[in-house]
Amino acid sequence: MASTGKLTGKQRLGWTVLTVVVLIYALFPVAAILATSFKTQADLGSATFLPGNPTWENYEMILFGDAQGLFLTAFRNSIGITLIATFIAVVLATLCAYAIARLNFPGKKIILGTALAVSIFPVISVVTPLFNLWRNIGLYDTWLGLIIPYLSLTLPISIWTLAAFFRQIPWDLEQAAQVDGATQWQAFRRAIVPLAMPGVFTTAIIAFFIAWNDFVYGISLTSTEAARPVPAALAFFNGASQFEEPTGAISAAAIIVTIPVVVLVLLFQRQIVSGLTQGAVKG
Amino acid sequence: MSSITLQNLVKKYDDGFPAVNDISIDIEDGEFIILVGPSGCGKSTLLRMIVGLEDITEGDLLIGGERVNEKAPRERNLAMVFQSYALYPHLTVYENIAFPMRLTKGKFTKEEIDEKVQHAAAMLELTEHLDRKPANLSGGQRQRVAMGRAIVREADAFLFDEPLSNLDAKLRGQMRAEIARLQRELNTTSVYVTHDQTEAMTLGDRVAVLKKGLLQQIASPRELYEQPANLFVAGFIGSPSMNFLPGTVEGNIFSTPLGKIEIPDRAAKAGAGREIVLAGIRPEFFEDASQLSEVQLSKGTTFAAEISHSEWMGNEQYAYVSYETDERVQETLRNLAEEMDADELRTQLVVEVDATSRFRSGDSAELWLDTRRMHLFDPATGENLTRDAEAGAELTREAREDRKRDAERFVSKQS
Repeated sequence: MASTGKLTGKQRLGWTVLTVVVLIYALFPVAAILATSFKTQADLGSATFLPGNPTWENYEMILFGDAQGLFLTAFRNSIGITLIATFIAVVLATLCAYAIARLNFPGKKIILGTALAVSIFPVISVVTPLFNLWRNIGLYDTWLGLIIPYLSLTLPISIWTLAAFFRQIPWDLEQAAQVDGATQWQAFRRAIVPLAMPGVFTTAIIAFFIAWNDFVYGISLTSTEAARPVPAALAFFNGASQFEEPTGAISAAAIIVTIPVVVLVLLFQRQIVSGLTQGAVKG
Repeated sequence: MSSITLQNLVKKYDDGFPAVNDISIDIEDGEFIILVGPSGCGKSTLLRMIVGLEDITEGDLLIGGERVNEKAPRERNLAMVFQSYALYPHLTVYENIAFPMRLTKGKFTKEEIDEKVQHAAAMLELTEHLDRKPANLSGGQRQRVAMGRAIVREADAFLFDEPLSNLDAKLRGQMRAEIARLQRELNTTSVYVTHDQTEAMTLGDRVAVLKKGLLQQIASPRELYEQPANLFVAGFIGSPSMNFLPGTVEGNIFSTPLGKIEIPDRAAKAGAGREIVLAGIRPEFFEDASQLSEVQLSKGTTFAAEISHSEWMGNEQYAYVSYETDERVQETLRNLAEEMDADELRTQLVVEVDATSRFRSGDSAELWLDTRRMHLFDPATGENLTRDAEAGAELTREAREDRKRDAERFVSKQS
């Protein structure tokens, strides 16, 4: 960004065109869903992009109408499960990454390697055995039954990101704190954690996205409203009759589900950027 | 305030390499000890063993008479200034200085902490910077914050790990004086690691010279300079460093590549019967013979040499005399240069003469040499054959008395 001033007119035009193309490519589907969410049932079949006569009907339906029970419980499940999974993942990953960055113990490489291997495994290959296991031990269709698989998705990336962060924090700081009279835990909490905060933030947000967007676990490991998250619940929306697809309602729900993510990103934009670049640039 | 005793300390790494090898030093209460040596000599490791950041493989470490080998750093009550300063970037200068006191919950009241921080800040001229973050401070200011953090602790001893090496030359001189003043004022036992011999000579009550994990000599700066224990200490201390001139002793005549030089009885006796010895001659032992009076000339030896080039510095003048080195000592000198981190084999005599002398390259000059002060070394073992242990001990004793007098003077000034 800093080099914008040095760009020639041609280059700037090129970049602008490219940016617009990418933005359209990325945002068109969102815009289409947004438009659809304001269409009436009759309007859905029309070939126009913008709704013929905009209506809040769909939002009313999922928030106050027939689909209220289905959507709001799913929304609550999603928020609860995702927040808990994110929190646990960040706490565990912070401790683990700190140990990996600071201590020399046998099996350090294996832990990092395993973490990577776990994240490489396709979700779909894990979900069937999990389904059977969960049913046998009673975790099927519970919050915990989703939190655990979500941890397996979020932990590896959290550990890797945070380990990179901790490696950059100078050893001296911690040793200075210890000489100053701190226990190992105090040194960690008072000298290291505050410095790692941008990294922890970034990691937390990435972990939140991963868990929030999950569909496969959500639909396979739940059967009722007890634990079903929003992405899975959308598939269970009913239209007014069996011949009617509830496209409008689904669109409205999709928009509402996107809002927390957008808010998070806008709120923590600065931290995320500084977190991501700190990992790369600062020597 | 405490004494620190190092008894046969050994640090071995997993591969069996002894980074610190059997080092024993008695550090008195209030004494300022410098650990100096080329890189990799184990001086930083030794310091970190004292503070508790490195385990001690063998030997005992006593602080105030109590064995602390197994104690964690925080239990040793020492304060350390790191090379990188290790300031907490998320805290203000005030909080950085207050940090050690904040860790001891309940021991200090808010007012006490504030008073101590303000006192330290005033002492270090940091008062107007207390609300700033370390990132916005200059190198010298950061250094002072690190010192402040050490001062408020009222620790038993200060440990410094090359604290000035990140500063530019001018600031380094300033901070050196500052550290010397603070140490005298507080009269706190201090151990200071450096590779800079100016710091070593100006700050230390005693200086410990280390090489490859072994203690070569520990003595006052004057003793190190006048009565070095061996070739390494002689070469390491002093700038420009000591000349090592090979030769053989026959009677009172020392035959060198530069010609025959008459030497006093003491040196003649020490060098007698040896196939070859190295004469250690500091540049300032030479003088331009044409500028000296008869009385002075009679105290040393005069010889002629061809000046290969000279450097006039204003306050002094260096002249260089090339000579053919002896093959039998080449190996020794090459090893020595390597050990001292110097790169080239010196087959050039560095001569310091008065700035008013008009030496030009190619001139043949009459040089006078103060043979009373030169030393003879055994090239095989590096041992100083002419060392006067008693005279050396006297120099260190004097330094010790000077220190005590300084401390008393300060105490009386305070009361």
